[in-house]
Amino acid sequence: MFMKEPIGNSVREAFLQMQGMPRIVGCTCTPLFEPMATSSERSPPPFPEDLEPEPDEVGDQDSDDGEDIFLGTDNPLEIKMDPSLSASDIASSTKPLSEASSPPVMDLLSEPASEASSAPMVDLLMEPASEGSSAPMVDILSEPASEASSAPMVDLLMEPAREGSSAPMVDLLMEPASEASSAPMMNLLMEPASEASSAPMMNLLMEPASDDLKEPPKPDIDPLADILNDTPLSEVKTPVAAMPQETPSDLFDDEPSELFAEPRQSNTAKQQQTSIFDEPDEDLFSEPLGEASKNPQNDFFKEALAPVAKASNVCGPLSDNYNEHPTDIFTEEAMTTLPSAVSTVSVNSKTNGVHSDEEEPDIFAEATVELSLDSPRNDRKKKGAAKPSAPAPAPSVSASASKPQPKTLEELEEEVEDKFELNISITNPEKVGDGMNAYMAYKVSTQTTLPMFRSKTFTVRRRFSDFLGLYEKLSDKHTPNGYIVPPPPEKSIMGMTKVKVGKEDNSSAEFVERRRAALERYLQRVVFHPSLLQDPDVREFLERDDMPRAHNTQALSGAGFLKMINRATDSLSKMTIKMNESDVWFEEKLQEVEAEDQQLRKLHIMVDSLVGHRKELSVNTGGFAKSVAMLGSSEDNTALSRALSQLAEVEDKMEQLHQEQAASDSFCFAELLADYIRLLGSVRASFDQRMKTWQRWQDAQNMLQKKRETEAKLLWANKPDKLQQAKDDITEWEAKVTQYERDFDRVSATVRKEVLRFEKEKARDFKKQIIKYLESLLQSQQQLIKYWEAFLPEAKAIA
Amino acid sequence: MGPRSRHTAQEGDTLCLLEINARSVSVDLNNDASLLIDIPDALCERDKVKFTVHTKTTLSSFQKPDFSVPRQHEDFIWLHDALVETEDYAGLIIPPAPPKPDFESPREKMHKLGEGEATMTKEEYTKMKQELEAEYLAVFKKTVQVHEVFLQRLSSHPILSKDRNFQIFLEYDQDLSVRRKNAKETFGSFFKNMVKSADEVIISGIKEVDDFFEQEKTFLLDYSSKIKDSTARAEKMTRSHKNVADDYIHISATLNSLSVDDNTALKKFTNVEGRVASDEELKLTELLRYYMLDIQAAKDLLYRRARALADYENSNKALDKARLKSKDITQAEEHQQQCLQKFDKLSESGKRELTSFKGRRVVAFRKNLIEMAELEIKHAKNNMALLQGCIELLKSN
Repeated sequence: MFMKEPIGNSVREAFLQMQGMPRIVGCTCTPLFEPMATSSERSPPPFPEDLEPEPDEVGDQDSDDGEDIFLGTDNPLEIKMDPSLSASDIASSTKPLSEASSPPVMDLLSEPASEASSAPMVDLLMEPASEGSSAPMVDILSEPASEASSAPMVDLLMEPAREGSSAPMVDLLMEPASEASSAPMMNLLMEPASEASSAPMMNLLMEPASDDLKEPPKPDIDPLADILNDTPLSEVKTPVAAMPQETPSDLFDDEPSELFAEPRQSNTAKQQQTSIFDEPDEDLFSEPLGEASKNPQNDFFKEALAPVAKASNVCGPLSDNYNEHPTDIFTEEAMTTLPSAVSTVSVNSKTNGVHSDEEEPDIFAEATVELSLDSPRNDRKKKGAAKPSAPAPAPSVSASASKPQPKTLEELEEEVEDKFELNISITNPEKVGDGMNAYMAYKVSTQTTLPMFRSKTFTVRRRFSDFLGLYEKLSDKHTPNGYIVPPPPEKSIMGMTKVKVGKEDNSSAEFVERRRAALERYLQRVVFHPSLLQDPDVREFLERDDMPRAHNTQALSGAGFLKMINRATDSLSKMTIKMNESDVWFEEKLQEVEAEDQQLRKLHIMVDSLVGHRKELSVNTGGFAKSVAMLGSSEDNTALSRALSQLAEVEDKMEQLHQEQAASDSFCFAELLADYIRLLGSVRASFDQRMKTWQRWQDAQNMLQKKRETEAKLLWANKPDKLQQAKDDITEWEAKVTQYERDFDRVSATVRKEVLRFEKEKARDFKKQIIKYLESLLQSQQQLIKYWEAFLPEAKAIA
Repeated sequence: MGPRSRHTAQEGDTLCLLEINARSVSVDLNNDASLLIDIPDALCERDKVKFTVHTKTTLSSFQKPDFSVPRQHEDFIWLHDALVETEDYAGLIIPPAPPKPDFESPREKMHKLGEGEATMTKEEYTKMKQELEAEYLAVFKKTVQVHEVFLQRLSSHPILSKDRNFQIFLEYDQDLSVRRKNAKETFGSFFKNMVKSADEVIISGIKEVDDFFEQEKTFLLDYSSKIKDSTARAEKMTRSHKNVADDYIHISATLNSLSVDDNTALKKFTNVEGRVASDEELKLTELLRYYMLDIQAAKDLLYRRARALADYENSNKALDKARLKSKDITQAEEHQQQCLQKFDKLSESGKRELTSFKGRRVVAFRKNLIEMAELEIKHAKNNMALLQGCIELLKSN
């Protein structure tokens, strides 16, 4: 439904551009299968239960729905008017036809019309069906009726009607329709019904009417009435008359063809209405129909959207065609499917029921595909099978269109990596302000040769919350796409409060230095990420002098709380989501990442305890040094006393050494681990993101499945009024499924790339840091040797 | 480590260094080839430790020149008590009795480790277990060593080596089955200790007649308190050192397990890091043990000094008593005379003992300090080499 707007616009525009044409297309489509629906409805006798309730509904709903629909969807009126027009045209044209060729139909229709013109159309239709009085009709209908249960037929009809007309058309056309009121619709409907003057008319009208009534098409009736009442009819008639077609089918054809000004030609060439009917039918049906229905649907939508809204949409040519010659699209598709349809239909088409016949096969074919109830109809099945293949190209086109994007991005990234030249350092942490409002400002200096920056070197001052703000922005933008956004160091109320209070002691200095280093590492990681570097927010952060204050981090209490809830739900859904992983790589990687996370956490705890123990050792060594010094002072042997005081000195130095080592433990090692624990969190987030997109896709698929089922149920229950909605839903969800699947593929690719990149960087980082750490250890050992070597002669000097 | 295990001086390779250290203990004994005592073997049975005391002698007072007897810790205590209670030895520094073997803490640790097995990787666990076993062995060896040192001190003392009880202790080839102190006696000795410390307080007010003892007394009091402090701190230090070493074990184990799922340079590094850690650990624990020995030596010294002081105080007290009891003058004077004589004698031997103790202490300190420094250097150098190897390996990767 979200597509309403654009579609509506596009449609409107289309209408404006070529008033007659597009309208007709839209209209024709609906009325076209509606007749089919009616025909199918005729057949349903076997399902009295289903049908019985329907009549009431139909009757009631006709009026009600009509009103409702109009009220709810005022816009459709116009469009539907067009269909109605077409219907009326058809009706008018059919008059002669019906008289000539289809008496039974006439009868059937006329009876119901007269009887329950205002009442349920279905009833009317049912009667004829049950009667089986009309030979041609029967012929046509009997086949489907007997062989194929009415249910499938209905289904088929429902689907196309809903999807085809309600989703794309109705939505699109809704807007213009506002003029027409619901009442007239009713009247119109009533009128023709009451009149029952023209049997074919009725036929045509009834069919569309009934269908329409049940579904969105009701507007058709209005227009019909109008048309009937007004001159248009006559006008229409004339062209029809003029048309060379002799058979009723021709008439039908003509009318639709008229509506499709251009299509006519092609149709005429084929000379069979089938083309016209098939075209619309096919389009409508095929899209919703196939299991691969998503694609066609999308295409359809896209086509509608594309031309009007964006030319960027996948199926450019189609859309173009749509705009210019809506018929083209149909014809194209029709062409592929037509032959078979024609072949089957041709037999039936001799009679007046041509249009219905043609439609029926389509319907059945569709039905077979969907419900597979009418298995006997092999050829139809084939057709159904053939159909999906036809629309297939479209999705592929779209897929290929979407794929190039990431590729180009990759290329970009590689390029960037190649000439990566960007040094960032954070220096001069400075306290700004006093008391609790004080904060630390850091100088962020950038040195770069990248052309994307204004100058080669520049510095800005940033405070901690700015860094957090940058992360929020980047995370919001890139995490949903599966990117691993490096996380900033955590907020530390304790540490900052100390700094704020202004104690210039060791711990606060250490805290500031630690944070400075962490921020530097964070920023370096961000700019080292090729895609993140391209982000305007990063550039702004590095370059802009007057950075707007990041306030989202200020309101951490509220936002943080929300985030916490989100996280909780995330983890909950994580638990509930049972993703049957299709890609072993991801499964293994995720396990790896999780195991690594655990190990790192463990290691971090241990390194922390190492730092703690070393600090303790340092303190104890200091204590021992003092004690030894005391001992030395009370020692009465001078040499020993000297040696002891020397030992005290050595131990003092050792204390220093241990302290330094502890600092290096924590800076080189613990911080590295802490960084990577945070980073692994981000990695997991990207995996989660992938899982989420997957879940969304699955949900959409389930939803689609459900929608299909409800549609099937509706068809079975013969509730055509809700059919349209169901069809619309299906189209919508099919589009969603395709979209989500694509999203998932994209996110998967990104995650994979990101994880590989992360691993590479991690290995490098670890290597670098660990060498650094080992060197610090080495140094302290060297110092240790020096101290003890200096002490040795002292010890030896004790005599 | 079963309930019954036997440890000889020639234990595993890892303990060789330890062995050397153990042998190089603090006490400088005027080695007299006429009576050589060692404990080559010990048997650990539950909380009882059976030491095999081996004697090699040229003295005619012994029936054989070479013999071994099984002795328990309680036998040592009995010997010590017997010596302390001998009046004649009042003026001597009786070597401190060896401390009761304490296997509780390593056992407890072992138990804890078993409980925590699930939380550790296999590697980590085995490493920790090895560590604990080493620790247990060290405790065991230390125990053996202090008992040995006690006997050696006695054997090297000109007067104490002639003691009858000592000779019986060495020679009697049956189980001594000395009577353990009963409750009353335990209380008695406790009471005696109380009296003694109370005495010390009283005595401290008495003016010292001899400058040497006065000086010695203040020095010893001061020194003992300080060395006590140092010992405590050194123990603390070694404990934290040990903690650091343990951390290294865990870290190396975790790094190892981490390296399993990392394919790149990390893996090699972690292995090397593991080696660093284990080596560091070895070094640290060794250092710790070394410290422990050193401290033990210092403690020995402290005990001896305290003992000497007590002896001295006792003699002083005896003199005072005699003076205070001026009622029975003749008797008192006689007694005083006796006491004076005794005190003089005590003073004399005390002076001698203390002087020799001083010399011994200095020598012991020197030896231990040198050894410690050398060990520190050696380990630091080892570590350096290892670290350098690691760094090169990492860099070349």
